[in-house]
Amino acid sequence: MPIKPTKLSGRIWLVDHDNVDTDMIFHNKHLHITKLAEMAPHAFGNLEGWKDFPQQAQPGDVLVLGENFGSGSSRQQAVDCFTALGISLLIGESFGAIYKRNAINAGMALLECGGITDSGLQSGDVVDVDLSQGTISCKTKEIHLKAKSFSTVQMDIYQAGGLFKYGKSISA
Amino acid sequence: MPHTIIEKIISAHGGGPNPRPGDIVWMNIDYRSARDFGGANVVATLQEFYPDDPIGDVGKTYFTFDTNAPANTIGYAENQHICRTFARKHGVKVFDVDRGIGTHTALEEGLVWPGATCVGTDSHFNILGAIGAFGQGMGDQDVAFIFKAGKTWFEVPPTMKVIFRGKLPANCTARDLTLKLVGTLGASGALGKCVELGGEAVDSLDLAGRITLASMATETGAISYFIRPSVEVINICKELTGRPDCAPVMPDPDAKYCESLEIDVSNLEPLISCPPNPENVKTVREVAGKKIDSVFLGSCTNGRIEDIRTATKILKGKKIAHGVMMKVVPATREVYQQMLAEGLLKDLFEAGAIITGAGCGGCASGQVGMTGKGEVQLSTSNRNFKGKQGAGETYLCSPVTAALSALKGEITAG
Repeated sequence: MPIKPTKLSGRIWLVDHDNVDTDMIFHNKHLHITKLAEMAPHAFGNLEGWKDFPQQAQPGDVLVLGENFGSGSSRQQAVDCFTALGISLLIGESFGAIYKRNAINAGMALLECGGITDSGLQSGDVVDVDLSQGTISCKTKEIHLKAKSFSTVQMDIYQAGGLFKYGKSISA
Repeated sequence: MPHTIIEKIISAHGGGPNPRPGDIVWMNIDYRSARDFGGANVVATLQEFYPDDPIGDVGKTYFTFDTNAPANTIGYAENQHICRTFARKHGVKVFDVDRGIGTHTALEEGLVWPGATCVGTDSHFNILGAIGAFGQGMGDQDVAFIFKAGKTWFEVPPTMKVIFRGKLPANCTARDLTLKLVGTLGASGALGKCVELGGEAVDSLDLAGRITLASMATETGAISYFIRPSVEVINICKELTGRPDCAPVMPDPDAKYCESLEIDVSNLEPLISCPPNPENVKTVREVAGKKIDSVFLGSCTNGRIEDIRTATKILKGKKIAHGVMMKVVPATREVYQQMLAEGLLKDLFEAGAIITGAGCGGCASGQVGMTGKGEVQLSTSNRNFKGKQGAGETYLCSPVTAALSALKGEITAG
């Protein structure tokens, strides 16, 4: 099994809104889209002030999100549109339950860190993150935060590159 | 060790003898489904990973087309046909575009029962808490995995308890009860938790009322609500499932709850969720007089025959206000048939309503049309997020408030 890095570094986008629902992330008028690459231009397409996000985002970027991010529907595209843009990590105050599962199952790195939106971190700051320890550090601003670290299942699925690949690895 | 309802259900489905909140366990799934929304991705994932043998148990696996039925976009039509073709090849049963909302069909067909575990690509799958079953909406990766493996990982959620004290006033319905709870808890008040609901106002609800109450769990962030099945509900489930051993899963008397809440409903008034989110709950009285352009009666929250009867009783022999468009969508084909048999179709037609085939209605991608900018819509559905049902403003209310307001052309509690 390929071992993915558990430490990563990336430029953040602070999306300082609570209860951002899946229609704001990936609107239902695009639900028929099944190809990953076609999802990218619609990320945050219905979130006020974020419509140019797909043009601005760079592979490796990190999203810092408010409470209950991804509430609402069960659509996988609301996670996959970020994968398509190369987003490396989602850090939220908290996530909608279905959204959290979808992200973990898709092999997207996800951390929950209460207080992160009020920590002083701003869009453009660069953070170093240790997924297995749950530590988040911004060196230039001396901000150090502790998130809930990955559970064993979450790390196994992340390392395998998604639930299905993980399933294959345990049933083989 | 004492256990809550969800802990008992998880334990009975392979989660070990003593599941505790925060534990991650493997859970066996009794009923597995995908709908036209998400279904094509489920098929694509299965074909990629298990091209020869994608379905673990065809007897437990279903497709239900309800989101956009019949399809009014080429994308949806193609996705439905991808599912149909796959299902034919592998012997999977399809409840096609004529059948209606998947969760409701599963109930009517007796494919789910108290204590069962059920998943689908529908975030309101937890509506099955209405009969004390555990339903969970999941994404298409999760559902595809379950189609093959018959199980998935699950983090045991903590449970909170909500007791509704007092008797529901005569002018209120289960819809007002569930809006009261959304307004009290807010969009994330039950985030990641199960909620066991009890008290006189809940115990006295019929199955349709329980479905309405359970249908807005997701709007509070909850994993699921659970309503303890009454004798009446158990008898209905026995008949529908043909399982004489149907029995409620009850929490232990000394089960541990993370939080307890009591809500007095003896003075409840008809309620309404104002734009732009379900938690923005006010009394109908506070927004009375607001002019409306359209009304939608239906959805998994209020599309049962009981809901349509209630509304039709108000509308029968009268005319919907000039300039107001009213759309009625039965939850299932069975509800539709009942509307025919009872003459409700004729009554609604003569009152001026538009009636369509069964399905999710206005909730996703406009089975019965969307709202235009500036349009004010009253809806018995469960979400009014900005842009969800179009550019207009959507208010969420009971079938009673919807029907009374349709006649008057403005929001009214009668």
